[in-house]
Amino acid sequence: MTDRDETKDAILAQVADFNKKGIAVGEDTRFAQDLEWDSLTVMDFVAAVEDEFDIIITMNRAAEIETVGALVDAVGELKGAA
Amino acid sequence: MTDPGFAMTADAAKPAPRNRPGGTGPPDLFDKFQPLIDQREALLSTGLTDPFNLVMTAVESPTVAICNGQRTILLGTYNYMGQTFDPDVIAAGKQALDEFGSGTTGSRVLNGTYSGHRECEEALKRFYGFDHAMVFSTGYQANLGIISTMAGKDDYVILDIDSHASIYDGCALGNAQIVAFRHNDVAALEKRLKRLPAEAGKLVVLEGVYSMLGDTAPLKEMVEICKANGAMVLVDEAHSMGFIGEHGRGVAEEQGVLDQVDFVIGTFSKSVGTVGGFCVSNHPKFEILRLVCRPYVFTASLPPSVVATAAVSIDALAGASAKRAQLWASSRRLHAGLKALGFTLGTDEPQSAIIAVIMPDLERGAAMWEALLHEGLYVNLARPPATPAGMTLLRCSLCALHTDEQVTQILVMFEAAGRKVGVIG
Repeated sequence: MTDRDETKDAILAQVADFNKKGIAVGEDTRFAQDLEWDSLTVMDFVAAVEDEFDIIITMNRAAEIETVGALVDAVGELKGAA
Repeated sequence: MTDPGFAMTADAAKPAPRNRPGGTGPPDLFDKFQPLIDQREALLSTGLTDPFNLVMTAVESPTVAICNGQRTILLGTYNYMGQTFDPDVIAAGKQALDEFGSGTTGSRVLNGTYSGHRECEEALKRFYGFDHAMVFSTGYQANLGIISTMAGKDDYVILDIDSHASIYDGCALGNAQIVAFRHNDVAALEKRLKRLPAEAGKLVVLEGVYSMLGDTAPLKEMVEICKANGAMVLVDEAHSMGFIGEHGRGVAEEQGVLDQVDFVIGTFSKSVGTVGGFCVSNHPKFEILRLVCRPYVFTASLPPSVVATAAVSIDALAGASAKRAQLWASSRRLHAGLKALGFTLGTDEPQSAIIAVIMPDLERGAAMWEALLHEGLYVNLARPPATPAGMTLLRCSLCALHTDEQVTQILVMFEAAGRKVGVIG
């Protein structure tokens, strides 16, 4: 299992915690359009991901992240930078 | 909270309808507002009075005005200390109008600094016991200017997710990295500060009182954590100045950490009773901001009458402990009374002069707002995106000049309107 796979599995587990509507989730799943999260849910989700990986996802960065796959890549990069 | 700007939120994803039905013309830039236009039309088509289009044709006092033709008790003005009709304040304004004219027509750094602007800054330095004070044309511009100027490209702004729009806009105007933490969560703030690079510049932005629910921040713990982690701290005391703390300096004074705050931001449009904004600081290099802060430089300064009224009012606020006690008494009584009637409130105990009544939805919130207006009471209707968690609120803000009799009347009006609309049983 690659680092990216591990990161992805951990993020999918986090998404599952917040995926109240039980929507099928993959790399292409979009947070806003597909999961329909409101800003408070996003806030809690981002905080959970930050805590899991001990990183900071700035709002500047979050604004560019639309899909689960993009988040996996961003987390991988931020982990590497830490 | 304003939209924090995540691409990840559903709000950000709302499709902007491009082509109007049957339309073949060029794209209309107004199309992005169509969902809001539709929502407003649906609400107003029920015959409801427009909550965002109220006109006051006469103002009798800080607590009574003629609203849409009817004599109305004002319970949504932020005029916490009732200074707007103070005879000394009015006299100072009239004199300045006579002696200095109606406006400065210039920037503070060019032809727009009169002796009144300096006197107003001196009054602020006296009031807070700080070394420096800078007066802006509005409170909004004070946040916009200080945040965007202090936090540069490689710096971090760390802010509470429920921050006021002017704080978010200050972040948007600048180009710092923005980090949000959960509302009033001390541990979340600390975790984030510890994760940031030790060498990076950090500005933590907090508010004394959060204006939507009227709750106060745990500033003592937060300021200590900021200092321990090498961050500078800005506290917006817009809704606490004049009222909270022994000398009315705000929540930071009350919690004993004012001397550790790097920037206090405030406004003249609440307790001071006019318009304008300010920042006070003890930083020895503070004065350079007058040359580099664009929302300070590239706008006209406040009219002489405004700074004259502000200076007199600020001096009066320092010694207004009797008014502070009266305001606390009214706040406690209204909070307890509304709770007893069965309304859901934003805080379990009154923490400020703001009492937020939580409505089940926008429709009933708007209906309740209108029913109160018919009873003769004005409150603020607050709705998303200004509110946290998508809430609709009837926000009440008390004034030190509300009489006990008025508070009694207010509770009677809330009971009648609440039963009519079915918000309480």
